[in-house]
Amino acid sequence: MLDIERWQEIFDTIRKNKLRTFLTGLSVASGIFILVILLGFGEGFKNGIENEFAQDAATSVWVWPGTTTKEFKGLNPGRVIELRNSDYEYSSQLLNDQIELSSPRIFVRNVSVNYGNEALVYGVQGVSYQFQRIENATMSDGRFLNYQDEQNTAKVAVIGNKIAKDVFHEVDTPIGEFIDISGIPFKIVGLFGETEDREEERIFIPITTAQRVFNGGDKVNNLAYTLPMANDFDEAVANSVKFKSTLLRNLQLAHTIAPDDTNAVFVWSALEEAKRFYSLTDNIKLFFWFVGVCTIIAGVVGVSNIMLIVVRERTKEIGIRKALGAKPWSIVGMILHESVFITAISGFAGLILSMGLLEILGPHIEVDYVLNPSVNFQVAVSTVFVLIFAGAVAGFFPAWRAANIHTIDALRDE
Amino acid sequence: MIEINNLHKSYKMGANSLHVLKGLNFSIKEGELVAIMGSSGSGKSTLLNILGMLDEADSGEYTLDGVPIKNLNETKAAKYRNKFLGFIFQSFNLINYKSAMENVALPLYYQKVPRKQREEKAIKYLSQVGLKEWAHHLPNELSGGQKQRVAIARAMAAEPKVLLADEPTGALDSKTSYEVMDLIQKINDDGNTILVVTHEEDIAHMCKRIVHLKDGVIVEDKKVDQVRASQYV
Repeated sequence: MLDIERWQEIFDTIRKNKLRTFLTGLSVASGIFILVILLGFGEGFKNGIENEFAQDAATSVWVWPGTTTKEFKGLNPGRVIELRNSDYEYSSQLLNDQIELSSPRIFVRNVSVNYGNEALVYGVQGVSYQFQRIENATMSDGRFLNYQDEQNTAKVAVIGNKIAKDVFHEVDTPIGEFIDISGIPFKIVGLFGETEDREEERIFIPITTAQRVFNGGDKVNNLAYTLPMANDFDEAVANSVKFKSTLLRNLQLAHTIAPDDTNAVFVWSALEEAKRFYSLTDNIKLFFWFVGVCTIIAGVVGVSNIMLIVVRERTKEIGIRKALGAKPWSIVGMILHESVFITAISGFAGLILSMGLLEILGPHIEVDYVLNPSVNFQVAVSTVFVLIFAGAVAGFFPAWRAANIHTIDALRDE
Repeated sequence: MIEINNLHKSYKMGANSLHVLKGLNFSIKEGELVAIMGSSGSGKSTLLNILGMLDEADSGEYTLDGVPIKNLNETKAAKYRNKFLGFIFQSFNLINYKSAMENVALPLYYQKVPRKQREEKAIKYLSQVGLKEWAHHLPNELSGGQKQRVAIARAMAAEPKVLLADEPTGALDSKTSYEVMDLIQKINDDGNTILVVTHEEDIAHMCKRIVHLKDGVIVEDKKVDQVRASQYV
């Protein structure tokens, strides 16, 4: 490798065979380029999916009731299940150590909402003070409902930014304004923001207020939980599956539901859903890898092909060199040295070009489900080495054969 | 310089075997200029290839400058070729992407002579064949005669014991042929041993000795009065 004479000889050859060198280099560089871009997008896709799921609390678990479809312990199918405060309290107590945050939710129906003379058509939901973090809502002004509100059945409301924009555009801030819900004035204490407009079209009031003031009794419509973060994704999924099944079993017992009745109570966990997407992204990444590896193989085949042609084309030259005293190994060495040098240079050129492109364009890509495509540098570098190695192996055999052709036959080659 | 003793060579052509050289004996002393003559198929090229270690004899002895040449593998043959022999071919066999100077310097590369010295020496031998001004031209920018002179310079560059020329004038017109022969004669005048394979009478008579080959045997081996090529140039 450190033989300067050899390097000079190779540079001479490269300089005088520019087209051949260029074509070899191009096939290597484009192989690496395509692979890196593909891998980058695989990664970007994964990032994008992760980002989509980060919008609601990633570990949230939701419960809503349905209708029984199976006869159980003498009860007919078709029974409408209703969740109650006791379900919430009992499950919260039972699973206390597995829960991070929890909140019941009640939809306040059949009420009119007014601001001054204006009738508002937004949904009113009674929730606990922990609900903000379950929903991952951000407060843009004021505060969310708090524990005191709940204890005092305070007549306060928190509204979404969308409502503030649509209804309260004439005042500086909706905070301190009053809205009437079925004639009862509620003071607005906070504004929240969500990632989607639809989710900002909601009015939150304390759950206790909702139940007492609007004759909700002790009924609730949903139970919402978040689980504490686990060490890794798989553990988190396992935790949420365990939590989900305990909770479901509990509710089935409390409401006398057949264990195999899937329509009576629904429990949904974001993580399990996410897991499906993760395995999807894993598959997509696998697919990109597959395509990438095929590209590399095509690159290797291209390089070997070019090596074959190069050796064929140089048979006479090899004969001349041998007549002048070149040993077979020096011929093999010269051809391999040249091909390794070209694949290395062009491989790294393709690598730098594609990584640069990802680095520059990556952060600016704004497409759903694709975020910040990037590639693991080590992986990319090792593919370059694989290609160089494969090129060398592929070049070795024709070079070896050419070096061992009888000099006289090589000289006759035209 | 060259001693051969009872040299045999046959080629297998399918089921048949073609006996090309049938027990050749002769020797060449240092400083000789020998023509090997014969019609095509007489075995003259085969003899030259064996002398040049491009091919190997089936049996017989071959001694070059006191070194017995036998059991050659490619590496050993390459070493001996580089050390002992310079080749001049009918079709010149220059490397077409290398300049005249680089072609001449190539055998020195395989002798591991440093680049600077290689180039100096190449220029020296190119001026000897009168092509100093053409040193940086590619072979396809040169005429046939010039190409052969570059090839001769290349053969000389390694300072070999023996120059082997295989039909050196075969691809040239007669005027150019005489120029090349003039050059070969001058190199011989300097004391170099040269073997020329040819089928042209006039070229053969510009050597000092003619070995006549027919059907694989030497039919005639005579010293001749050298015709100087310079009188035709």
